[in-house]
Amino acid sequence: MKLGLVVDLDTCVGCHGCATACKQWNTSGTIGPLSDENPYGKDPNGAWLNRIRTYEVDDTPNSKTVNMPMSCMHCDNAACVTVCPTGASYKREEDGIVLVDQDKCMGCNLCSWACPYGARELDPQEGTMKKCTLCVDRIYDEKLPEDERKPACVMTCPTKSRVFGDFDDPNSEVSQLVRDRAGKQLMPELGYEPVNTYLPPRNKPVVEMYETTSLKDTVKGWVNKVIAR
Amino acid sequence: MTSQANVIPVQSGLPEFEDRDNQETKYTTCYMCACRCGIKVTVEDNKVRFIQGNPNHPINKGVLCAKGNSGIMKQYSPAKLSSPLLRKPGTERGAGEFEEISWDQALDMLEKRLSHIRATDPKKLAYFTGRDQMQALTGMWASQFGTINWAAHGGFCSVNMAAGGLYTMGHAFWEFGDPDWDNTKYFMMWGVAEDHSSNPIKLGLKKLKERGAKFVAVNPVRTGYQAIADEWVAIRPGTDAVLALSMVHVLLKNKLVDEEFLIRYTNSPQLVVNTPGQKGDGLFYRGESGEIQVWDLVKEEYVDANLPDINPALFGEFTMPDGTPVRTAMTIMIDKYMDEQYAPENAAKECGVSAEDIERMALEMAHVAFKETITIDVEWTDWAGRKQDKFIGRPVSMHAMRGISAHSNGFQTCRAIHLLQVLLGTIDCPGGHLAKPPFPKHVPPGIKPAKEMAPNTPLKSPPLGFPTCPEDLAIDADGNPLRIDKAYSWDAPVSCHGLMHMVISNAVKGDPYEIDTLMLFMANMAWNSSMNTAQTMDMLCEKKEDGEYKIPFIVCSDAFNSEMVAYSDLVLPDTTYLERYDTISMLDRPISEPHAACDSVRIPVVQPDRNVMSWQEVMVEMAGRLGFPAFSKPEGGRKYEGYKDFIVNFEKEPGIGFLAGYRGKDGDKSLRGEPNPRQWEAYEENEGFFEMHLEPNQRYMRHANKDYLELAKEAAWVGSTNQIVIELYSEKIQTFRLAGQGLYDGPMPTEEHHKERLVKYFDPLPTYYMPLEEQRIDREEYPFHAVNQRPMFMYHSWDSQNAWLRQIMSQNYLFMNRVAAEKMGIDDLSWVWVESHNGKIRVQIKHMEGTNEQTVWTWNAIAKRGGAWGLSDDANEATDAFLMNHLISELLPQKGDNEDRVTNSDPITGQAAWYDLRVKITPAAPGETGAWPSFSALKSQPNAKPSPDMLSYTSHENVNLNRPMSDILTRGEK
Repeated sequence: MKLGLVVDLDTCVGCHGCATACKQWNTSGTIGPLSDENPYGKDPNGAWLNRIRTYEVDDTPNSKTVNMPMSCMHCDNAACVTVCPTGASYKREEDGIVLVDQDKCMGCNLCSWACPYGARELDPQEGTMKKCTLCVDRIYDEKLPEDERKPACVMTCPTKSRVFGDFDDPNSEVSQLVRDRAGKQLMPELGYEPVNTYLPPRNKPVVEMYETTSLKDTVKGWVNKVIAR
Repeated sequence: MTSQANVIPVQSGLPEFEDRDNQETKYTTCYMCACRCGIKVTVEDNKVRFIQGNPNHPINKGVLCAKGNSGIMKQYSPAKLSSPLLRKPGTERGAGEFEEISWDQALDMLEKRLSHIRATDPKKLAYFTGRDQMQALTGMWASQFGTINWAAHGGFCSVNMAAGGLYTMGHAFWEFGDPDWDNTKYFMMWGVAEDHSSNPIKLGLKKLKERGAKFVAVNPVRTGYQAIADEWVAIRPGTDAVLALSMVHVLLKNKLVDEEFLIRYTNSPQLVVNTPGQKGDGLFYRGESGEIQVWDLVKEEYVDANLPDINPALFGEFTMPDGTPVRTAMTIMIDKYMDEQYAPENAAKECGVSAEDIERMALEMAHVAFKETITIDVEWTDWAGRKQDKFIGRPVSMHAMRGISAHSNGFQTCRAIHLLQVLLGTIDCPGGHLAKPPFPKHVPPGIKPAKEMAPNTPLKSPPLGFPTCPEDLAIDADGNPLRIDKAYSWDAPVSCHGLMHMVISNAVKGDPYEIDTLMLFMANMAWNSSMNTAQTMDMLCEKKEDGEYKIPFIVCSDAFNSEMVAYSDLVLPDTTYLERYDTISMLDRPISEPHAACDSVRIPVVQPDRNVMSWQEVMVEMAGRLGFPAFSKPEGGRKYEGYKDFIVNFEKEPGIGFLAGYRGKDGDKSLRGEPNPRQWEAYEENEGFFEMHLEPNQRYMRHANKDYLELAKEAAWVGSTNQIVIELYSEKIQTFRLAGQGLYDGPMPTEEHHKERLVKYFDPLPTYYMPLEEQRIDREEYPFHAVNQRPMFMYHSWDSQNAWLRQIMSQNYLFMNRVAAEKMGIDDLSWVWVESHNGKIRVQIKHMEGTNEQTVWTWNAIAKRGGAWGLSDDANEATDAFLMNHLISELLPQKGDNEDRVTNSDPITGQAAWYDLRVKITPAAPGETGAWPSFSALKSQPNAKPSPDMLSYTSHENVNLNRPMSDILTRGEK
C-alpha cells in the first residue's frame, strides 16, 4: 500500500479546519503532545503537522489567490529518513507512512533541513520532531466506525477538498481523482517522489448569455399577457 | 462516500492508542461561532479528547471548521472566570479591581436592584445581549420584566438582511433561507459572507464546483471564497445596489422577467395611486371593504387582487371610478429602472464594474433562469386549492450578508438583490433561493414593538417587532424616542433589531433619558463590539457632578475575562458551551434546513470546575425571584425549578414550546404537542437535535403551497394559511415617506432632517443612495473606503482568544491594493497613519493584488487589550494589532446641523454602518512603529491561574508507536 492524501486546490478556501483538526487529534495522539510556546504571549508558536499557506500568484490583472495546505508528503524517496542519525525517522514498509519514533528522536533537526516541503516541526517542549502520521492511530482502529477510519483533516474538511487513500490501488478514489483531474506533485524535479498529490483548479464553466432581440425603452414596449393568478 | 476500494485493511500489531473503556462520546451543538453545527465530543476523565462534526447533523453533516476544531482551547482557556465578581468598593470602573463574592450575594444584589427598578420605572433597566442564540428567552424575560429597552446584537450585525428579506418575501438569507445547493446552476455571492454561515456555505460551494455550476463573487476583496470563485467582481464598497439595479435594467430592457411568477406570487400587478403631492399617493388602491385592487384583463374590471383565477394586468395606467389615476406596481418599476441612471454604462462609473460585465452577468443569469429551467415532477396544491403537476425551477441563486448589511444603504441594497431574484422567478423554487422553516412568514411578521410600560407589569407585546406604518413607532406624543437606543423613532423607524451600538452613548448623554442599570450578556462593548472604542471606554467611566457614574450600575455575564469585565460593577461568570444546557429554539431562528424543520440543544459534556452558572439559569432564577407572571404559579410561588424544567414545561400557546421535537406525553409528537417530561433525554438520545423532513409536495413555493401553509399554521409558524404575497413594492415603507412629505393621516415628524430622510430614503421600491458618511465628508480628503472582515478561522468566534487560532493570526495589517500603494509611495510592511472624520490610528500596511483600488481593509477584532483573555501585556494582539473601530463614530460626521445627533446607521433599520467608513492614509514618520492608540494592560481576575508559558495539552498519556527492530536493522531497505 502507498497511503497518502489528495488535496483539491479547486475548492480549498483556506479555512484552516484541517490544520486545527490535526492539532486537536494529534496532541493527544501517538505523535503528541504538540506543544505551544507562549500560547498567550508574544509570538506564539507551537508544533503543527499541517499548515495552510495562502499566496497571491502573479500581478494584477492576472493575479490569483491560492490556498495551499501543506503537510508531510510521505515521499517514496524520503530524504528525511535517510539523513536521520538515530533511526528515529522511518518509512513504514506496509503502507509507506513516514513516522518519527519519539523514543529515538534526539531533536537534531537534520530531517527538517532535508525536507523541502517544510513538513517537520520541532516540539518546543519535548525537543523531538513532530510530523504528520496520516493519523496512523485512526486509520487502523477497528473500534472506530468505518467512516471515521481516516485522518482527522480529511474527516473535517468543510469543502471536502481532502481525500485519503491507497495510491497503489488504481481503483481507489485518490487514484481516480489523480487520473481524472490531472493531479500534480509538488516540486517533482527534486526527486523525492512525494505521494500526496494536488488537484489543480478546474476550468471555469462557460455560461451562455440569453440571446436578446429587441430592446424596450419604455413601459409602452410591454404588452399584457393573460395569465391567470 | 466510502467505496470498497477506499477501506484500508485493518493492521494488527499496533498498540492500543486510545483507552476506549475510559472514553465516552456525547453529542451537543457547537458554539465556537454562530453556525450551530452538531458535534460529537469524546471525553475521558472529564477532559475533552476530541471534538468532531456529527455526520448525521443537518447543518454540518460531519464536517467542522477551524473554530469548531479548536474548542478544546476554549474549554481550557486560563481566562475563564471562576466566581461572581464585585467591583472593589473605592476602586474606579475600568481599573479591573474585583473581589470574589458568592452566587447568593450576587443574585441577592441583582434581585434587589432589579426589583426596585421594576416597581418604579422599568425602562431604567437596559438589557442587551451579544452574539447569543437565546433571544426567545431573553426577549420574553425583558417583556415580563416590563422594559422595552431590550435587544440583541442584530442592530450592529445584520438587521438589514433580516428586515430586507422579511419586508419583501417573508424570509431572507442565512437563518431564514439558503441557496438550493443541490440544484442551482448559477450562484452569486454578494460581499462578505464568512459571517453567516461557516460550514453550510463551504459544503454548498463544493457541490457547485463538482457540478460545474458557475460561482460569481461580488466583493471589493479577494480572500477565502472569492479565491475559488469562477469570477471575482471587485466592486467599490457600498455600491452593490447600483450593480443589482443595473442588472435589473438589463433584464427589463430585454423583457427577461418571469411574468407568471410576478402575477401569481408578487404584488407587481397591484394598483398604486398616482397622485404626487396628495394624501394617499403611492398607497394601493383599495375596494370598498379594503381589498387591494388589480385590473382583470378578461373581465375588464377592477377585482380583489388576492382572488384566485383572476387575470391581472401586469402593466398599465388606469383611472378608478372616482377619477383617481392608478398604475400597476410593475409599471412604476419599469419607469424607475429603465431610467438611464441604471444603464450599465452609467452604473459602471459608480460601482466600478464594467458595463460589459454588468450586461453579461444579467444575460447569463437570464439564460440559466429561462433556458436552463429544471422541473421536479411532484404534484402539489397551491394556496387556492388548485392541483399543480410540477415545481418549475429557475436555477439561479444568491447569498449576501454582512458586506451588504453593514452599509447605511443596506436595507435598500438587500431589497435590490431580492428584486433581482424575484424578477428571475427564483424564489423558493428548485435551484433558487429556498426558505427554511419556520420561514417564510407573512410580510412582515405580525408582531408590533411594545411602547407602553407600567411598574410591575409585563409588556403587552415583545419589545421588538415589525412596524408597518408610523402609528407603530415607539415615540411619545411629541415624537421623541421611547427607547434608550432610539429604535422605532424617526431616526430609524424600522429598526427591528434595536440599536445596541447606541445604548452606551445615549445613556451617558441622558438622551433621551438616564437609566439605572445596564445588563449585558456576551457583548464586548468595551472593545470590538462598539464603534468609537476609545471614547466608549471613557463614556463607561463618566460621572455626574455628584460623583455617581452616569450609567450607575453595569452588570455583565461572560465566561471569560473580556475587556468588558473591567468596566462592569457586577460580573456573573457564565459556563462554556461544553458545560451548559441550551436550546436553539423553533421560537427563535432554529437550525432548520430548507426541506426539514429542525431545532437543537446543548447538553453538558464536561462538568465545570469553577463556581459558574449559565446565563440561562440566571434568567430563570431571576424571573422566579422577581415573580414574573409567566414564571409564577397562579397561587403564587415559582413555576419552574430551573432552565431545564422551564424549557420542557413552558407553553407559548397550547402545545407550542421552545423545542419542537419529541413533544407529547410519550415524545411521539412533532412541532405541536403537550409537554414531554423526558424531552431533554429524547434530544440526548437523538444526538442533540430534532429533524422533521417535509413531504416532497411541501418543499417549494411555500409562500403559496397549501399543504406547507397548513403545516406551518399547525406549528404556529404563521398565523393563517393565506398566500404570502411577495412585496416588491412596499406600501409599508411608503407610509413613512408620506409622513415625511406631510401627507400622512397619523404621526408625522416635526424636524426638517427627519422629513428629509423619510422622503429621500423610504423609497417603496429598492433604490440606491450614497452611504451617509460619504454624503457628509469630503470624499477627496478621505479618498479610500475602509472595510473589515474576520478571518474564516475566527468569524463569530468572540471569546477566549484561542491559543491555537491565535497562532494562525495574532496581528492584523491594513491591506492595500499594491498598485494604489505604489502610486502613493507607501511601501509594503511600512507603518502609516489612517485618519477618518472621527480620529486616527497607526497601522502596518500590507500590499495585496486582490483588493479594489479605492479600498483598504483589515481583519477585524484581532487586536485585544493586554491582560484581557489571559493574554500577556506584550501579546501581538496588544502591541501590533489594531482595531478599525476607533475610526468609526456611532454618530454621523459632525456638520453643525440637526443630523449631528443622529446614529451612524441605516436611516431605515438602524443597522450600524460599519462599512461606510472613508479614510486618508499618510506614511508614518521614520521610527514611528507599533499600533496606536495603545491601552494599558488590564488586570487578571482574582485567583486567576497564570497563563502558561508552554502548553502541552493532552487528554491522556500519548502512546508512542516504536519503529520495529527489523526495520531498524535493514534501515528500511527493501
